[in-house]
Amino acid sequence: MIHASSQYQHAVVIGGGLLGLEAANGLMKRGMQVSVVHIGPWLMERQLDEPAARLLQKSLEEKGMKFLLQKQTAELVQGESGRVCAIKFKDGDSAPADLVVMAVGIRPNTELAESSGLHCNRGVVVNDTMQTFDPRIYSVGECAAHRGIAYGLVAPLFEQAKVVANHLAQHGISRYQGSVTSTKLKVTGIDLFSAGDFMGGEGTESILYSDPIGGVYKKLVIRDNKLVGGVMYGDTVDGAWYFSLLRDGKNVNELRDHLMFGQDHCGNLGHSGINKAASMTDDMEVCGCNGVCKGDIVKAIREKGLFTLEDVRKHTKASGSCGSCTGLVEQILAVTVGGDYSATPKTKSMCGCTEHTHEDVRAAIRQNKLLTIPQVQQFMEWDTPNGCASCRTALNYYLISTWPGEAEDDPQSRFINERAHANIQKDGTYSVIPRMWGGNTTPSELRRIADVVDKYSIPAVHVTGGQRIDLLGIKKEDLPKVWADLDMPSGHAYGKALRTVKTCVGSEWCRFGTQNSTQMGIDLEKAFFKMWAPHKVKLAVSGCPRNCAEVAIKDVGIIGVDSGWEIYVAGNGGIKTEVAQFLIKVKTEAEVMEYSGAFLQLYREEARYLDRTVHYVERVGLDYVKKKILDDHEGRKALYERLIFALSIEKDPWVERAKEGKFAQEFASLTV
Amino acid sequence: MTQWLEVCDLTEIPRLGARVVNHGALAIAVFRNADDEVFALEDRCPHKGGPLSQGIVHGRKVTCPLHGWNIELISGCAVAPDVGCAREFPIKIEAGRVWLDPVAAVSAAA
Ligand SMILES: Cc1cc2nc3c(=O)[nH]c(=O)nc-3n(C[C@H](O)[C@H](O)[C@H](O)COP(=O)(O)OP(=O)(O)OC[C@H]3O[C@@H](n4cnc5c(N)ncnc54)[C@H](O)[C@@H]3O)c2cc1C
Ligand code: HEM
Ligand code: SF4
Ligand code: FES
Repeated sequence: MIHASSQYQHAVVIGGGLLGLEAANGLMKRGMQVSVVHIGPWLMERQLDEPAARLLQKSLEEKGMKFLLQKQTAELVQGESGRVCAIKFKDGDSAPADLVVMAVGIRPNTELAESSGLHCNRGVVVNDTMQTFDPRIYSVGECAAHRGIAYGLVAPLFEQAKVVANHLAQHGISRYQGSVTSTKLKVTGIDLFSAGDFMGGEGTESILYSDPIGGVYKKLVIRDNKLVGGVMYGDTVDGAWYFSLLRDGKNVNELRDHLMFGQDHCGNLGHSGINKAASMTDDMEVCGCNGVCKGDIVKAIREKGLFTLEDVRKHTKASGSCGSCTGLVEQILAVTVGGDYSATPKTKSMCGCTEHTHEDVRAAIRQNKLLTIPQVQQFMEWDTPNGCASCRTALNYYLISTWPGEAEDDPQSRFINERAHANIQKDGTYSVIPRMWGGNTTPSELRRIADVVDKYSIPAVHVTGGQRIDLLGIKKEDLPKVWADLDMPSGHAYGKALRTVKTCVGSEWCRFGTQNSTQMGIDLEKAFFKMWAPHKVKLAVSGCPRNCAEVAIKDVGIIGVDSGWEIYVAGNGGIKTEVAQFLIKVKTEAEVMEYSGAFLQLYREEARYLDRTVHYVERVGLDYVKKKILDDHEGRKALYERLIFALSIEKDPWVERAKEGKFAQEFASLTV
Repeated sequence: MTQWLEVCDLTEIPRLGARVVNHGALAIAVFRNADDEVFALEDRCPHKGGPLSQGIVHGRKVTCPLHGWNIELISGCAVAPDVGCAREFPIKIEAGRVWLDPVAAVSAAA
């Protein structure tokens, strides 16, 4: 083709699909006059709806490309030289052509398969384990028809190959359940993105944005509160974000009003979306945790041939710590590798040690009453002998939260902070934060703290934002002695657990107070003390809507009002600042306790390890939570009881270690 | 010349865990994995000096508690793409007792 383009003038490309247009563009750039013949009413009908295709056609026409739509080719006409000279259509028209490129779609060649007796229908028909009608024969790739679809992109083919490899290695039950694919056109100056069911139809709703003059068109298709497809032309920066919402099946009901305006407008006050990948310069910082700039990432992608987010994380550390820049890194990846970027597979496995998802693992633990980590790993056929730091900590939590009192709590599968019951610091020393119920303390506690600081020469004392006191720089071997001398409960500041319940002084003192928020906070803290959770949990109670305890950014926030208490859930202060959502207003303290506890137990039972309540509620939707907590009275009571039961078994870990001499080895070093 | 010093009983090191062994000012992390193999590394992560003894042990690796580098217990070296090695010491089990040579550090090729 390159040779022909330097010798001849007229090229005709048959087929106005993705490949046809890329080929046409290439030929045009090499100086040929190119006409694209297309049988359909608009271009790229498998990826675009009509308005988007019209915009695309318009910009390609502006570049000089010609289009012959709804034309059916009848004949290629041979010229005097023996070479093609024109192309004739069924309606009698013709066009000059020195070069004809056919790009009319893939059609699997199934001759061999059919002659061997395999059932074929637009490809070799396969089931979810990629087996053909003869189970001894597998088929993957462009030739395989899975649930009626033969995929012509590499990302789904990788997923298929993974399933087959698992099956052949007898690694059990992973299934291919089809892929949602996304498309970008690799023609400079044209931004186009399409994914999933972009046409919509019965049972779907569409959100549209159309600016024909500005050349921007966006359409998002929603079914049952989930994004199922979309097409974008002219402005595609949020493509990766939409695609991830779509792939993860996220409930978008609450995002709906802002969805069209992209990720930046959806309540994320973290620094993730401030800059757009494409417009960033190389020296702009992407990952604030690890100091990684855009240039570092682009360089690593190019030089090391990186393909996935995981690869980029490993090599550059970008998005490896707090994760708030993940979206941006994905954008940079997409921009840098273009259409070859294969998004992470639809279902995410727990970690590199297994194919199973968090949900699979939790279900197996519950259904089969698995009680130890080795049991789970054996039952679920783990790929590594004893997991890794990320799956073992998750498994330990799933076990103890599913079978409290029965499952084994394995200290070696807890992160050091939860093993030492103190926070490790950068120099290897530890911090100790004793609990002060509801932020209240007494002279005798303060005296004990002061004495401990003197006795153990503790170098730093800090008042935390959680209304208590942090002692920093303690040697590990001193920890049990410090706890014994303090004689205060564990603050669990080190754990994926209930941290603090922040309160204001409320009606006891404040002239505005309507409720005794301090006591409510103390009661909540005492009730939920020792609660392990998928991630840290923070509560707060304010005595009136002036809200001095900042309940709007807590996992559970309570505001006292004249007629009772308002309960808010799933707020977050950290990487992703998120205002808590109103759950319900109740009358009594007992109700506050039951509703809050039931919500926390739901989170404990259903969230993925390391998801905060905000992530959990974002995934399942507030409506679901309301159904479980507000509508189902029996269910709510049962949830609350399960929580109280689980907590009845837990002991104060500081008391066990300081007074009962448990786990002494953990704190003692040896000498030679 | 290897100079073996007796450390402790194998059972005094938790399986999939570690103990810190002090030798003068030197802190050595002594690990035990699921197969009862033992390993000895200087208790300093090649990244920013994190105490490897406090990490989570899996297979023949430990994950540093500070920033999550994975370190090979056999060599003391970081798993790619991270680069760097912790010093490694000769260690053996005899009749259920653990022996260590805290002097003959093997500095694995970086
Ligand atoms: C121009 C072009 C651009 C593309 N761009 C992209 C893109 O940007 N992104 C993307 O995701 N996808 C793209 N694709 C699609 C992607 O390349 C294909 O979907 C993918 O390569 C299909 O993989 P496969 O293994 O099924 O088939 P193939 O890659 O075609 O491999 C089939 C192999 O089988 C061999 N073979 C055939 N018959 C026999 C036989 N009887 N015995 C033994 N061997 C045999 C063939 O020689 C060939 O090596 C593009 C395709 C084309 C044509
Ligand atoms: C995801 C990012 C965050 C991480 C990794 C993190 C980590 C930590 C750590 C390690 C400590 C213990 C410090 C010590 O050893 O003494 C701590 C304490 C604390 N953090 Fe954070 N934090 C994060 C976000 C936040 C945010 C956003 C807030 C406030 C809105 C917050 C409020 C607090 C408070 C109040 C304490 C003291 C807790 C207590 O009294 O128990 N943190 N955090
Ligand atoms: S929240 Fe209301 S009651 Fe509590 S301290 Fe502030 S003003 Fe007073
Ligand atoms: S000090 Fe070990 S990973 Fe940073």
